[in-house]
Amino acid sequence: MPGDDGLVLTAEEQSMLAGEQGPATAMCMRLIVGVARANGAERLVPIESAHADGCLYHGVAGLEFTERLVSLGARVRVRTTLNVGSLDLLHPGLVRADPEVAENGRRLMDAHVALGCEPIWSCAPYQSGHRPTEGSHVAWAESNAIAFVNSVLGARTDRYGDFIDIAAGVAGRVPYSGLHLTRNRAAALVLDFSAVPAALLDDDVAWPAIGALLGEFAGTRVAALTGLPGDLNDGGVTEDRVKALGATAASAGGVALFHVVGMTPEAPTLDAVLAPEATTVPVTAHDLRRARERLSTAATTSLDAVSLGTPHFSLSEFAALARELRAGPSFSSSVDVFVSTSRAVLAQAEARGYADTVRDAGGRILTDTCTYVTPVLNDGIRTVMTNSGKWAWYAPANLGIDTVLGSLAECVASARAGTVVRDERLWG
Amino acid sequence: MSGCGDDPVTLSGRSLHPGQANGVVLTLDEPLSFWGGVDPRGVIVDAHHPQRGSTVAGQVLAMRAGRGSSSSTAVLAELIRSGHAPAALLLAECDAILVIGALVAAEIYGTTLPIVQLAHDDLARLHTGTRAAVLAHTAPLAASVIATSR
Repeated sequence: MPGDDGLVLTAEEQSMLAGEQGPATAMCMRLIVGVARANGAERLVPIESAHADGCLYHGVAGLEFTERLVSLGARVRVRTTLNVGSLDLLHPGLVRADPEVAENGRRLMDAHVALGCEPIWSCAPYQSGHRPTEGSHVAWAESNAIAFVNSVLGARTDRYGDFIDIAAGVAGRVPYSGLHLTRNRAAALVLDFSAVPAALLDDDVAWPAIGALLGEFAGTRVAALTGLPGDLNDGGVTEDRVKALGATAASAGGVALFHVVGMTPEAPTLDAVLAPEATTVPVTAHDLRRARERLSTAATTSLDAVSLGTPHFSLSEFAALARELRAGPSFSSSVDVFVSTSRAVLAQAEARGYADTVRDAGGRILTDTCTYVTPVLNDGIRTVMTNSGKWAWYAPANLGIDTVLGSLAECVASARAGTVVRDERLWG
Repeated sequence: MSGCGDDPVTLSGRSLHPGQANGVVLTLDEPLSFWGGVDPRGVIVDAHHPQRGSTVAGQVLAMRAGRGSSSSTAVLAELIRSGHAPAALLLAECDAILVIGALVAAEIYGTTLPIVQLAHDDLARLHTGTRAAVLAHTAPLAASVIATSR
């Protein structure tokens, strides 16, 4: 198991490491090189962009690290967008953070802006104007964004997170290892959905359920999915479904890359992505039902809140929600309805009238953060319905809340009725 | 402490992060996510974890792999800052998420938390409650764990 240090750095990288481009660059290179040595990488690779999630407050260490970079004069050298923070800077009344988180969370967000990052504050940067090109190397954090940029856009990132994300933005380099390497992007596992009825796959709820199954079967392995319908150029419907799939798979299993054969860019055919000795698992409607039920922990139909927009709502999701709300009754006064989105998408939703439609129905729109990473829901809330498999995966443990997974239409119907309404005909 | 009179066993591994530490071994039956799985005092709070209630603070923590969110990096760095981190980490599978936490703590607090990758079989030779001395070099990436037998 002991291995040699085979890492080779370019003259430019050696100069950065030696401090010739400033102490901040040197510090970031020490982190990148330290990870490269641990990974056994043979070299580094330049990146075209980064997406950093270290702006969510987890404690003093993260704040002191980021403020150290600022004090050393660090600036990102590639485009670096920011994930959600602990606060909604546009709607400060919605988040009930304690004083430490409010103060330090704000300082942490400010420090990231001071490094030259773009304050988009979104876990769906790919729907807020940051879409790397196919084949480009990037350093992205946030598990759903990692899965999306790898799988749907065909750019290449490994799993990055706090500290290494911003270090990569400053150094403009990452270890050439993991999912940056073509050989690690092949599918070791095939999930075949061809036996699942088309009507079931046309229900939005099927897609987070598929994601939960993918996470369960694949763990951290790369999988190919066959027998799934959809076209990524259909105006957002398929993209939003695959986004939900990937976010749930990343939460339930640590999936960072999956291929949907005939849909995602690296998988025009199964053969194009198949690893030698890959195994195939046929998926049944029963498997999907089981996955759907795993994401619903509530034992009753009583309902306190509805949470939409994890990952952040897209413009096409706002359009679908506005369609559901058109000409119908408002939400029940006993149900709090939250929609989390980015400020960029909110501006577009305002311009099209979707945001007012949501507010007129009684919904509240949250930006810059998310309802499961910071205190937004009232203390008395016990049962929450969501169309997000990721939210449903994390909320029981993070927030002590019972969840019900439903489609967007079921979430709206339930919020209006004040009780859980699900159409069981397809799922019975 | 048992095993004082026994011959210690020496295990060779691969250094993932340099440092030197001594402590009592805590072996975990399942991978642990620091984010959501460990409280600010280093106590395992993951309701599904077999070692729930054990404390990782000051222990030579042995587990097959890390698990879960990349936010574990920040949680480990925070545990190091507050003095509630393990004394050393012994893993069978390289985990960059944890390595970065140790790298950052070394940068801003000057602490050294050795992280060592051992073969699965060697990791299985370590038992909770025995003492271990961990030495991980920077280069050429060699590391050793000297543990008392049970």
